[in-house]
Parts: sequence; structure tokens; C-alpha cells
Amino acid sequence: MIEVKGVTKTFGETVAVDNLSFEVKKGEVLGFLGPNGAGKTTMMRMITCYMPATDGTVTVAGHDTLTDSFQVRERIGYLPESAPLYLDMDAADYLSFVAQIRGIASSDRRERMKKVIDICGLTQVMGKDIGTLSKGFRQRVGLAQALIHNPDILILDEPTTGLDPAQIIEIRELIKRIGKEKTVILCSHILPEVSATCDRILIINEGKKVASGTPDELAAATEGNLTVHARIHGAEAEIREKIEAMDNVVGCRVAESSGDGPSTFVLKAKPEGDIGQDVFKMVVDNNFSLSELRIERISLEDVFLQLTTKERDTE
Amino acid sequence: MKNVAAVFQKELRSYFNSPIAYIVIILFVGFANWLFFRSFFMSGRASMRMYFTMLPWLFMVFAPLITMRLWAEEKKLNTLELLMTMPLRDWEAVLGKFFSSLFLLTAMLLLSLPLTFCVSSLGNVDWGPIIGGYLGAFLMGAAYVSIGLFVSCLTQNQIVAAIISFFVCFGLWIVGEAIVVFMAPASLAGILEFIGLGSHFDSIGRGVIDSRDIIYYLTVIGFFLFLNVKGVESRKWA
Repeated sequence: MIEVKGVTKTFGETVAVDNLSFEVKKGEVLGFLGPNGAGKTTMMRMITCYMPATDGTVTVAGHDTLTDSFQVRERIGYLPESAPLYLDMDAADYLSFVAQIRGIASSDRRERMKKVIDICGLTQVMGKDIGTLSKGFRQRVGLAQALIHNPDILILDEPTTGLDPAQIIEIRELIKRIGKEKTVILCSHILPEVSATCDRILIINEGKKVASGTPDELAAATEGNLTVHARIHGAEAEIREKIEAMDNVVGCRVAESSGDGPSTFVLKAKPEGDIGQDVFKMVVDNNFSLSELRIERISLEDVFLQLTTKERDTE
Repeated sequence: MKNVAAVFQKELRSYFNSPIAYIVIILFVGFANWLFFRSFFMSGRASMRMYFTMLPWLFMVFAPLITMRLWAEEKKLNTLELLMTMPLRDWEAVLGKFFSSLFLLTAMLLLSLPLTFCVSSLGNVDWGPIIGGYLGAFLMGAAYVSIGLFVSCLTQNQIVAAIISFFVCFGLWIVGEAIVVFMAPASLAGILEFIGLGSHFDSIGRGVIDSRDIIYYLTVIGFFLFLNVKGVESRKWA
């Protein structure tokens, strides 16, 4: 549906997007992830025909964004970062203006408006100035304007910034629902958001692609050891010795020791095998007793941090 | 054309949904009437001449107030990004905005009609200069609006837009004034007089409607609208 080939965008000396290529398939929800200033917004602006790429091509549903910009724009619903809206306009007037520009016939306009108002839960704010609405409602008006022409593709740039937790959950649910029938690109630097809503994730940093795949693939692909917290009763030195002798354990330190009582050990283990079971067996075999065992799997946060900071180190 | 109409409507709604339109209109009508009547009774002649001679100066101040927000606000609020990613051509947006501010300016101009009828009831008026005056003021206002609109697309600060528009209008007015033309080198004098907004206004205002003057105004308007389209496009130049 969306094809980005070797796209570079420079602003003077600054390289915002650096030879980036990716593809979004029909019906896919792609999470476009990167730290602030990674070039996410610039990339979205190129896909939505707001600005041309310095180099490379972007095609949307087979139409080039430069030569066929109108075809592209008609197919995309776009919610830019922080939902820029006309604050001195009535929400209903605004939606009707967008419907007009989107070329929705006046006979269908009322129906389409009613539909997006329903989807986005905007009934109560119709007739109010957008400037008087809360951040959450503005975001929803922004979403409504992006949906009004029933586009095949939806591009959302950080749709949940500035919302409270309840609103965030609401918007995410909405995106999930919409994502079932549309192709969506969701830009974000918030990881739980992306892992909760997206089929596939693309991580960029300093304009370059650093990783892509499903959330699970990404976690698996990132090399890293598991961290195990174990609270064990017994002689500290002996336990430590036994732990270090285990197959998959790479390192061990005592986080909290308390004479005769239980000590907490933090061990690093290779991801192969079942470290939880190994620790338990070791404890049973040696007649220690276990009061707590907690394994931290590598999270998407770690993947993200690793990928984006590693990239910086090599430069 | 449908898109031009949509933008036109949207801008008009914004004007009248906020206090700007009302404030500008009331101030303008108040000023214009005050300035006119304070000299009208002293002159003792049933003529609108005074009105039309001061109108360019009033418009010079009020046209930038009307146009200042049109692009600057879009840039400040970032709504430009949303607008320009809709299936809307740059020139359609420019024309829609131009017509909306021209509409407001024309409304301000037409609000002086009661004044005209009042004057005509007081004595025998010569309708030629009055009709010419309205036409000239309309064209002059349209030129100011096109200048103000263009300047507004260069900044995101409305105040800066208003002040710079004022100076551009002022500059374009005074280059054709006798005193500037007189001091300029002889080779430039003719050009300056032709470029100046004022000389054309004066000849239309006398009731002499010459196609050259009309073409002059249309050229100025077209030129600044063209610059405006380029200015909106400039986001793509990085």
C-alpha cells in the first residue's frame, strides 16, 4: 500500500531522513518508532505530500507522491502531531469544512459526519469552539477529520501525547478498531502504545532504519541475557558458588544479604534453556529454600534503548 | 472552484466567529465617519471627495489587520500542514483566503453608502467621481489585501505580518507621490509614477475610468497572489 524507497530528506546541513526504505502492506498497522527527532514526522510529511523528498521515491497505492499528489492525498487521512486545528472554529463547522474539501457530496455529508462523530464520541462537543475543548476532545476531532472521507490509509503522528491515561486507552482502542479495516501508520516514541496496537514495528534513529519486525521478533533478535532475581535461604557463599556453577549463568551478585536470613541474588543468564527451572532444581538439590524467584525478560523498552543507543555509539 | 468556495466560507466563518471582524468593522466605520464629517461641514460642499482621499490611508491600516491572521495563524497553529495535505491546490487556498478578506473589506466600503446617500440628500452631487471613487477604493483595497495576504505567509507572527504589510502598502503608495517622483532621477520618474498605487487611484477617483488603471491594479493583485502561491509552496524548497 505504501512503498518508501531510498528516501533521503535534508534540511541544509541536517539530514533528517537518511536513505530509508520500507513498505506497509494493505490492512497492516505499522508502528513507526523512534526517539524524538529521529525523523518520524519528516517521513510522515513526505508520505502525505506536505513536502517532497530530497532523494528517493514514495508511492502510495501505486501513485507517486510527487507526480500524483492528488491521488495520494485523497486516499490518506492524516492526523499531524498534537492535532493542529482551527481554534476559533466550531467543531461541527470544522468537520463540514473538511468534508467539503475532501469532496464529499453535500447529500452524503451529513451522514458521513454523523458516522465519524459517533466513532470518535464527539456528540457532546458539536457546536462548541475547538479552542474551548480539552486536549482529549481536540485529539478526537483531529481523528474525526482524518476519518471523514473513509480513507484507505490512516497516518497518525503521536496521537496520544498530552492525554490522560483513560483517554490514552480510549484512543488506542479506537485505533485498534480502525486498524482492523484500514492501513495505519502510527508514529510514536511511546513503546507500550506501539506494542499494544501494531502488527509490525519499524524503529528508526537519526533518519535510518535500525530494526523492523513484529514485537516478538524484535525482542528475540536483540541479543541480551535474562535477569533473574532469586531470594534464597541458606549460607550465602555456598549458594553463590552453586549458582555460578550452573550452565547458563553468566554472572551473579548478591543484591541483599542478611546473615542467616534469606539473601537476594541477581543473576544474568543466557536466554537458552529454562533458567527458572534450573534455579529451582539447584535449590531443591542443595536443600536450600526459595522465597522469591522473578525473571525479567527483555522488554520492548530494552530493545528500543539498545537499538537506538548502539546506533549512536558507532558514530 | 469548489475548494476556493470552501476555503472562502471557512475564513468568513472564522472572521465572524471571533471578535476580529466586528472590531475592525466598527473601528473603521467610526474612524471614517468621524474624519469625514469633521471637515465635511467646514467645506460646505456636497462632495465625497474628502472621503475618497482619506480612504487609501485608512485601508492601509485596516487591510493588514484583516489579512494578518490568514496565513500567519495557520503557520503558528500548524494547521497549514493539515490544510496542505488535503486534496486542495495551493492556489485554491490562496484565492479562497483572498476573496474572504476582500469580502470583508468590501463590506467595510459598502458601509459608507449611508454616508453617500446622506451627502447626496444635502445637495447636488456629481455621481461620476463617487462611482469612480468606489471602484478605485475597491481595487485599491484588493491590492492592499493581496499584499497583506502575501506578507502574512512569510511569518507566523500576526503583529509582524500587519506591520510589514502596512509598510509595503505605504511604500508602494508613496513611490508614486509627486514629492518622491520629483526627487528621483528623471529616468526613474515615469516608472515610479506608474508603479505607485496612488496616481492610479487619483485618476479613477476623478471619475475617469481608464482601462490602464484597472489593468494596473489587476496586475498588482495578480503579482502578489502569485508570490503568495510561491510563498506557500516554499515549504517544499528545503
